[in-house]
Amino acid sequence: MIGKEFVKFEGVGVTYGARADKTQALCPTDLSIAQGDFVALVGPSGCGKSTILKLVSELLKPSEGHIFFGGRELGAKPVRVGMAFQSASLLQWMTVRDNVMLPLKIVPPFKAEFRAKRHGEFKDRVDALLEQVGLIDFADKSPWQLSGGMMQRANLCRALVHDPDLLLLDEPFGALDQFTREELWQTLQDLWMSRKSTVLLVTHDLREAAYLANRVCVMSARPGRILEDREVAFQRPRKIDITFEQSFIQLVQDLRQMIVHAPAVAKADAA
Amino acid sequence: MSPRQQKLASAALIVGVFVFWELFCLAAGISELILPRPSRIIEAFLQFAPAIAPHAWQTLYTTLVGFFFGVLIGLSLGVLIGSSKLAYDTCYPLLVGISSIPKVAVVPIFVLWFGAGTVPAILTAMIICIFPIVVNVSTGIATVEPELEDVMRSLKASKLEILWNVGLPRSLPYFFAALKVAITLSFVGSVIAETVASNKGVGNMMLIASSQFNVPLVFSGLMVLAVMGISLYAIFAFLERRMTGWATRKNIA
Repeated sequence: MIGKEFVKFEGVGVTYGARADKTQALCPTDLSIAQGDFVALVGPSGCGKSTILKLVSELLKPSEGHIFFGGRELGAKPVRVGMAFQSASLLQWMTVRDNVMLPLKIVPPFKAEFRAKRHGEFKDRVDALLEQVGLIDFADKSPWQLSGGMMQRANLCRALVHDPDLLLLDEPFGALDQFTREELWQTLQDLWMSRKSTVLLVTHDLREAAYLANRVCVMSARPGRILEDREVAFQRPRKIDITFEQSFIQLVQDLRQMIVHAPAVAKADAA
Repeated sequence: MSPRQQKLASAALIVGVFVFWELFCLAAGISELILPRPSRIIEAFLQFAPAIAPHAWQTLYTTLVGFFFGVLIGLSLGVLIGSSKLAYDTCYPLLVGISSIPKVAVVPIFVLWFGAGTVPAILTAMIICIFPIVVNVSTGIATVEPELEDVMRSLKASKLEILWNVGLPRSLPYFFAALKVAITLSFVGSVIAETVASNKGVGNMMLIASSQFNVPLVFSGLMVLAVMGISLYAIFAFLERRMTGWATRKNIA
């Protein structure tokens, strides 16, 4: 299932601001993500987790280092990414189906055929996704008629509809209650297992990271750097029950210890 | 109170005001030269209707033409300013400056440039309604959620695609809210210009009627303006409900 190296960071660092009040957001970091892998980034807030997502999605340029994508430097060839954030930010004037369809209107090669296929092939494609996440009965509803959990399901569908090479999730379930969140973990696991996409998930929920990911990268407080890169070997598909098993609880505790007791970074180290 | 009762109450209040006005004038014996009774105003309107009509058309014409160009300019400026933080910050002080000039004061300048008549009325109606549209449209576009913009940018959407798919539809409720304000302001603009420098239009007609102490005719001019203003407002309020029902979470079938 997990293939060759897909995303590679080589000494990638990010510094904000001009000389005088320079802030280092991300220490030079090496990171490698394999094709089809599910990697979670955890760490205290402001540790540069989201910065890494923004780097991969080309929303932000690295101050130093290089990012490779399938062996070629980022920017050489357009990378197709799907993104979802904590706020579902669905467009209120469109139905759920049209919201999910939006990327097909913008991303090539779908873009060129959008007018011809929006009521045919593309609609079927969207409906199949909505079916998979259990939203098909709400396809013609407006976003504000959905619950928070349903909005996030639609948000996930919008991030996946154009078959992205890489799915980037920035605390997508952060605003949901515990039950809804666990339901969505299962939905996301199903989507990932059926589509074999490469996923990079940023979260501050350690249970979420341990439950969903194949690899958990623990980051330190600002300036961010990766402290630990931990394999998570639980069998797939994982059931919510595993979160009560001793080995799972132990893993979450280990991760927590690492974050809480992360050594403070000396100034000299950062520079 | 049910919506039906509410509407009934509103209508009763309007009728009540006119009945009170009529009775008060009768009871207090107020001279027609000061405040004519509603029945006298309607009588004057019917009597002078053929004479009022061309003036009413003129006012409606200048207002709508001015409004049309005002919306065109306001919308383009709003989109331009709203799409760029730099343009927004740069242009805002100038716009506020221009908007704070009382529009009556520019009529003499327009008259100087274009002569008395239709053109100054159109221009006044136009500039008076530009500002609310610019402010509303640019705000609507500039306040797109950052997450949504990130999602669009991560899909490699161009600025134009973001504007077309997100910015413009999002600013529609703001735009229609501005249109309702702008159409009423346009009337203010054209009537002011007609009053100051024109030989046509309801404003001019009212000025002449008052100089002849034909007070009922002055008030029928006012009535004509009110009816036109309310009708146009209603049209845009209706369009707003149809086009942007999603903003007020009404079901649009």
